[in-house]
Amino acid sequence: MTIIDLNISNLVSLQKGLPPDWPGGFWWHFLVFTSIVINAVLILVMAFIYVERRGLGRMQSRLGPNRTGPQGIFQPVADALKVLLKEDIVPDSADKVVHWLAPLIAFAPTLMIFAVIPFGNGWSLIGDLNIGMLYVVSIASVSTLGVFMAGWASSNKYSLLGAMRDVASVISYEIPLVLAVASVVLITGSLSLNQIVQNQDIPFILLQPLGFLIFFMAGCAEINRSPFDLLEADSELVAGFHTEYSGMKFAMFYLVEYAEALALSALISTLFLSGWRGPLLPPWLWFVGKIFFVFSVMIWTRATLPRVRIDQLMTFTWKFMLPLALINLLVTAVEVLALPENSLWLMIPVNFALTVALILIGSKSLTVGRGRVEV
Amino acid sequence: MPIKTEPFVLNLGPVHPSTHGVFRMRVVLDGEVVVDMEPVFGYLHRGIEKLAEERTYTGIIPLTDRLDYIASMSNNLAYVTAVEKLAGVKVPERAEYIRVIMAELQRIATFLIVVGAFVNDCGAYFTPFMYMFREREKIIDLFEMVSGQRLTYNYMRIGGVSQDLPEEFLPAMDKFIEQMTGYVDEFDTLLMENEILLARSKGVGILPKEKAINCSISGPVLRASGVKWDIRRADPYSIYDRFEFDIQTGTIGDAYDRYRVRVGEIRQSLRILRQARQQIPAGGPVKSKVPNLFHPPVGDVYSRIETPKGELGFYLVSDNSISPYRCHIRPPSLINLTALRDMIIGWKVADLFVIFGSIDVTMGEVDR
Repeated sequence: MTIIDLNISNLVSLQKGLPPDWPGGFWWHFLVFTSIVINAVLILVMAFIYVERRGLGRMQSRLGPNRTGPQGIFQPVADALKVLLKEDIVPDSADKVVHWLAPLIAFAPTLMIFAVIPFGNGWSLIGDLNIGMLYVVSIASVSTLGVFMAGWASSNKYSLLGAMRDVASVISYEIPLVLAVASVVLITGSLSLNQIVQNQDIPFILLQPLGFLIFFMAGCAEINRSPFDLLEADSELVAGFHTEYSGMKFAMFYLVEYAEALALSALISTLFLSGWRGPLLPPWLWFVGKIFFVFSVMIWTRATLPRVRIDQLMTFTWKFMLPLALINLLVTAVEVLALPENSLWLMIPVNFALTVALILIGSKSLTVGRGRVEV
Repeated sequence: MPIKTEPFVLNLGPVHPSTHGVFRMRVVLDGEVVVDMEPVFGYLHRGIEKLAEERTYTGIIPLTDRLDYIASMSNNLAYVTAVEKLAGVKVPERAEYIRVIMAELQRIATFLIVVGAFVNDCGAYFTPFMYMFREREKIIDLFEMVSGQRLTYNYMRIGGVSQDLPEEFLPAMDKFIEQMTGYVDEFDTLLMENEILLARSKGVGILPKEKAINCSISGPVLRASGVKWDIRRADPYSIYDRFEFDIQTGTIGDAYDRYRVRVGEIRQSLRILRQARQQIPAGGPVKSKVPNLFHPPVGDVYSRIETPKGELGFYLVSDNSISPYRCHIRPPSLINLTALRDMIIGWKVADLFVIFGSIDVTMGEVDR
């Protein structure tokens, strides 16, 4: 028995916009759409870099880049060109092969996430992959391996500290993240991302407010956005795991960082903000708009919050987010069982009350350790 | 059975984003925990004390600018007060007020940087820092009006200040005081109760009262440990006995207390500025007659003032020539650093920079 039903009708996803007998069959389709997805990701990443730098500038009472092209819109292009022309320096004591492989291993899985994300009704590389969410969750954590390889192979102590922090945080934050996804999946009854969007007559942020908050925070910790950006903590570890990277390889890590942010924004839009659905405008525009909205919230937190310490990070996930995610999952399961058909809206008041109560109780009882160790 | 880990040595600095200059810490780490720390400095040594022996008394003033280069006015004041004490020079009334105004403006400017950099060390991505700099910029503009410089002012002279305030200075200062009063409250409400900032700095890097006194710590770091010691009160110089202000003290001496003391002192400095603004005489000389080649009588003097960092002292020995026989500087940054090791051990790498940032050192002053 094959779990994934690999046939062409399943894979050809742009059924609406394409002639039914697309020439060349499956592989031709695969090639074309892979390049479309990769280019879309690269362009969106460039837009992200620009939006983040200008947005941060605005929030920090400065201008941000404004010299390259009108309003500085070509700054990401200039940066990319500059970084490609830089010398590729590998430390003498580095593990050369691992050092070379690390950026690739970090980059590939991040790009693979976009294979299942629907940019419109069924518009994705593998349209209705029926285990889409499972695929995303499993592929997303592979890039941590790349980060750890980079930290280990650089034979730099800053890198190693950064990589250790990353592994610790990803392993811990994966659990509440998956639990938050599970409660969404319970409501839709499907793991397919397209199906999840189609079922969102009410955006799931209303049905699952706690799930949304947990997913957002755990996601930020997974992709190391502020305030959980411990692995590259510039005021402590200089540049963390990519201290010893330069040139193209550094560009890869930089790309991974923003591609992960893009993937997280896309997932949040898909899971909680009803994805490509929306009135009047074309679906893909709605989707991109939602992605940028989520990303601006991330820029906002980055500009606002100081960084937490590693032990506080761990305390927060194990003592606060994990219990909350478990309770949320339990309550959602009961609701899905008990509520009659077509009365999902009843979950809104219940879940909002639950969210407020749980966060209040949780934050009252949470004490972060002082962090000092007797030596 | 506990898992044994192997400690390793990490050289933080001399080039590192958070060492506030060229400071190096040779840290022994056990995982994330700091087991041992050895400060290494001297990367910015310029031999200012030795250079001073070759220069005229007035010629030393620019050298003092380069001690604590983010608080040049305070250094100027410390030096000229020492020379005046040595030679018994009288300073005109208006010059005294100008000096106090400059010193207090400089205190505000320095604390803005320190608080901004401290929050930056806690991991905030430059936002507080940029806003603090926006306010500091206004002070720098004021200094530019009086001295033409924006970093190393070289404004004070033996027996007064180099030139009188320009007309537009006092109105501009009034405007600044008015705005700054609001901005301090704004910064304070934004930062004081930030949950992450509290978690990162409360109870971190405690310096007990006795230890602080034994290490000869001074300035905000000492006051945060609960010692009510401010040279402006304890050993008044210039005209500080005429002003009303409260000495800010902390309770337990953690990083958060040090931060609170500094914010409180910005408010007190604004209070002093308001009083000085009201009392300043409208006109009159700003510099008493002092010969260009100044010969103080034979003797020695130790004079100290309260700079933003702490007690800055000058020990001058004169042999009645045009340059001092010996010029020794007591830098508050260097002496405050001596307590760093005891404060850091047992904390994590991330706390290391929070504690270091909360002490507030300028390497120009540590290495001289």
